[in-house]
Amino acid sequence: MRKVEIVDLNAWFGSNHVLHGVNLTARPGSVTAIIGPSGCGKSTLIRCLNRMHEEVRGARVEGKVLFDGTDIYGTDVDPVAVRRRIGMVFQRPNPFPTMSILDNATAGLRLSGERLPRSKLAEGGERALRAAGLWDEVKDRLDEPGGRLSGGQQQRLCIARALAVEPEVILLDEPASALDPASTLRIEELVGGLKERYTIVIVTHNMQQAARVSDWTLFMLFGEVVEFGPTEKVFTTPDDKRTEDYVTGRFG
Amino acid sequence: MSAAAGTVSLGPVRGIRRAKDTGFTVFLWTCAVLALVPLTWIAFYVVSKGIGALSWNFFTKEPAGPLNPQEGGIVQSFVGTGLIVGLATVIAVPLGILSGIYLAEYGKGRTASAIRLVAYVLLSTPSIVAGAFIWALVVVALGNFSALAGGLSLVVLMWPIVAIASEAVLRLVPQELREGALALGLPRWKAIVRVVMPTAGAGLLTAVMLAVARALGETAPVLLTALGNDYINTDIRAPTDAVPLRVYDYARTPVEALHGFAWGGALVLLAAVLFLAISTRVLSNRQQKRIA
Repeated sequence: MRKVEIVDLNAWFGSNHVLHGVNLTARPGSVTAIIGPSGCGKSTLIRCLNRMHEEVRGARVEGKVLFDGTDIYGTDVDPVAVRRRIGMVFQRPNPFPTMSILDNATAGLRLSGERLPRSKLAEGGERALRAAGLWDEVKDRLDEPGGRLSGGQQQRLCIARALAVEPEVILLDEPASALDPASTLRIEELVGGLKERYTIVIVTHNMQQAARVSDWTLFMLFGEVVEFGPTEKVFTTPDDKRTEDYVTGRFG
Repeated sequence: MSAAAGTVSLGPVRGIRRAKDTGFTVFLWTCAVLALVPLTWIAFYVVSKGIGALSWNFFTKEPAGPLNPQEGGIVQSFVGTGLIVGLATVIAVPLGILSGIYLAEYGKGRTASAIRLVAYVLLSTPSIVAGAFIWALVVVALGNFSALAGGLSLVVLMWPIVAIASEAVLRLVPQELREGALALGLPRWKAIVRVVMPTAGAGLLTAVMLAVARALGETAPVLLTALGNDYINTDIRAPTDAVPLRVYDYARTPVEALHGFAWGGALVLLAAVLFLAISTRVLSNRQQKRIA
């Protein structure tokens, strides 16, 4: 079964055509990495997968993104419902500054959908924080503001926040690019552990990171897909000369 | 080539830099003191002139007859100001914040530009124009002066302050927080109400405080709409007194004792605005501390 399938996707910012006929399949239980130089459209592509692209003024999308066979750009599809099932973590950690650590972790549970009793919330918060590998570090200070954590912890808090609403797909948009190497390593380990339960798509400009965490790799250039295949193949015996040049560090 | 030579050549530059630094520091301190002088002067003057008028009677009694004015008070002005400004706040704050939200979060194109233009024009409109406008619209239509008309004239002045200031503080909330909330599957309005507005809380509070402080001291529009009253009035359809009206009135009478009352009223207004400013500061500091 395929979880997310992108079919001939085009995207624009105003009159600027930034994605040209992209095709991609992200399978459940695997990590798909999107790599490419700055400005190649990686972030735009991942933001098309949960309809965040259209939040930018003047942005437009054409094509299909099939989620379990349903086009999330279908006319009767509510983007809010899409985002509840396809979670996202951003480049810069963005915990909600007015909320405590626990309230951040349970924000999705508390603010969308039905009212849950306190005990259920605490339970869901703990489960999410454990899944994000943050529980042991914060369990004694759940009432402190989320902004008081270190950058790496904040990012794991954001991962917990995304996990708490139990999505099926997790989109990670350069989740470690603002973090130090130790925090980066923790995030990568986390991604490796999460893929058993989720379909994961990660954008990274760090090729080593893509090689370490992903099963499938998509290489993009100027808004077009150059190559898509198993990570090992893309990094060792790519079909396209440009892919080889990029992954061997000859440009980019 | 040696390190010593480098150090020596840096010497005079450093000296000039230090002199410049000292010069600018002194200059900025002087500016700060100069700005404070008129402020403290006014404050002290008002306190020294007005403190004598403050008495139990001043806060609890209506004006006494012209034979023994010092036996009376201006309680009807305090009640009236509370009524008029309260009415104006209840209308202008929600309206202003909603406009600010619209401008910062939803508005684009001509509608937003038009609203923004109206707000900026109103912001710089003389307040007496707001009074005349409401006089023509409400007083003439209803056939009498009233607290309601007074409140509405203040709404005209408060709305643009709240709208423009809240747009500005909402725009300061990082885009990443909006995206974070939307990506969790929150509808846009909920992302705004539960994430964006609380983050801008201190700023929104300041916006409201600015508008209330402005309304407290307004005289001209209230004069044209609420008229004034020598007795306590709590009916929003009837003429109502206000502290600035009373100050204006008493400042022009030939009765010496009432001049003191005018200063007393001015002092109370000053104290109220100061209290508002300080409590806003305390509340927003508390919120900032919770965030950082």
